[in-house]
Amino acid sequence: MSDAQPFVEIRHARKNYGYIEVLKDISLTVERGQIVAIIGPSGSGKSTLLRAINDLDPLTEGEVLLEGVQVNKTLPHRQYEKHINEMREHIGMVFQHFNLFPHLTVRENVTMAPKLLKGISKAEADALAEEQLAHVGLLDRIDYYPSRLSGGQKQRCAIARALAMKPKLMLFDEATSALDPELVEEVNLVMKKLAEEHMTMIIVTHEMDFAASVCDRVLFMDQGYVVEEGPPEVVFRNPKEARTREFLRKHLGDAT
Amino acid sequence: MGLDFSVVPGWMDTILLGVVWTIAITVSAAALSFVGGILLAVIALYAPWIVRQPFRLFAWLFMGTPLLLQLFLIYFGLIQIGIDLPAFVAGVVGLGLHFAVYNSELIQTAIIAVDTGQMEAARTLGLSRTQALRKVVVPQAVRDVIPPIGNNMIALLKDSALVSVIGVTELTLSAQLAIGRTYRPFEFYLVAAVCYYVINLGMEAVLRRIERRIALSR
Repeated sequence: MSDAQPFVEIRHARKNYGYIEVLKDISLTVERGQIVAIIGPSGSGKSTLLRAINDLDPLTEGEVLLEGVQVNKTLPHRQYEKHINEMREHIGMVFQHFNLFPHLTVRENVTMAPKLLKGISKAEADALAEEQLAHVGLLDRIDYYPSRLSGGQKQRCAIARALAMKPKLMLFDEATSALDPELVEEVNLVMKKLAEEHMTMIIVTHEMDFAASVCDRVLFMDQGYVVEEGPPEVVFRNPKEARTREFLRKHLGDAT
Repeated sequence: MGLDFSVVPGWMDTILLGVVWTIAITVSAAALSFVGGILLAVIALYAPWIVRQPFRLFAWLFMGTPLLLQLFLIYFGLIQIGIDLPAFVAGVVGLGLHFAVYNSELIQTAIIAVDTGQMEAARTLGLSRTQALRKVVVPQAVRDVIPPIGNNMIALLKDSALVSVIGVTELTLSAQLAIGRTYRPFEFYLVAAVCYYVINLGMEAVLRRIERRIALSR
């Protein structure tokens, strides 16, 4: 892997839903170990952009590359399926509504994909579950079903589930937006821990405090464009664009 | 001439053998209808158009015609094209496929009702669509429809009496054999009714246990 090649690269991403343009020619790169926050009003296209990175919401036009390999290749169906499943093993994703598998225990949630896709043994799977759940502080709930977990615990379990595939890149789609305010911090702490371990992360968030304290870069999106981007000190303290200033005035309040 | 149950004990062996056959045919057909119902539901929802069509015809045939006629077709009809099934097998196939179609309708609705986030979460982990269906979506859907499928299985038990007409000596035919010799229809039909009722109670107990186990994991 040459240093010249960006870790994640998005080239001229466009997406339409019928006549509605959700993403309008977005290009960006993310370096290995970088933590990028995407902020912006709802409907600005930030979740769509995030979900395009693992081709969950395919782009209409443009390319997404991970370590120089195109994620959203146009291939015959079977080949595409094989390709995208391989790519997704390297791209972890965490959802706003957790999407834990309710019929499986916490342990089984974490180990299902590695067991199925990497053929690890039961002993290896147990060790993996314990390692990942200890990492997110959920070892004491290992044999619970998700219905018996709090929102914060559910999200930490979902993070452990994604990490169990040993991804190179983690995508967070408003991971704390569905949580009660007092449960947000425990999830943020786990994400901070990941940041300290130099996991590459792209985070769609409404939490400006968190974006400011953890991220290397902030992207402000509005109406399908990246309006402004830069280090959090600059974007939050000294935004150049009027739209960014207006958004931040509404959403920052106590952050600065 | 009133009721006289004194002839019944002499025929208890025949009746109990009938009970055994009724349970055997019900359990086999239930298993077939369950697995078949899942397969039909997945085909109906996910298979390409061209694959779906013959199965739609199949479903329409099994829902739109009498079960009795279906049993005749499978047992007497298929012989003409060289498929000579033993009566028991023909009965299991007929009952099993008939109820598979009904179970499939229930399972299809339940699959659609599973949150799309479940499929998305499975796919982002790298699972194929088939793996996601098998490990995530279908197990949840099946859990949701265990109670109504249980009702179908009780209907299946009662409809298993129909296979008597193709010569499987299950409970109803056993009772008829006894009646043929003793000319005591009221007594033996009542005995058969009680037997069906007892099997039914047993089935309900099993279903309740399954439902309780599922409830624990919610």
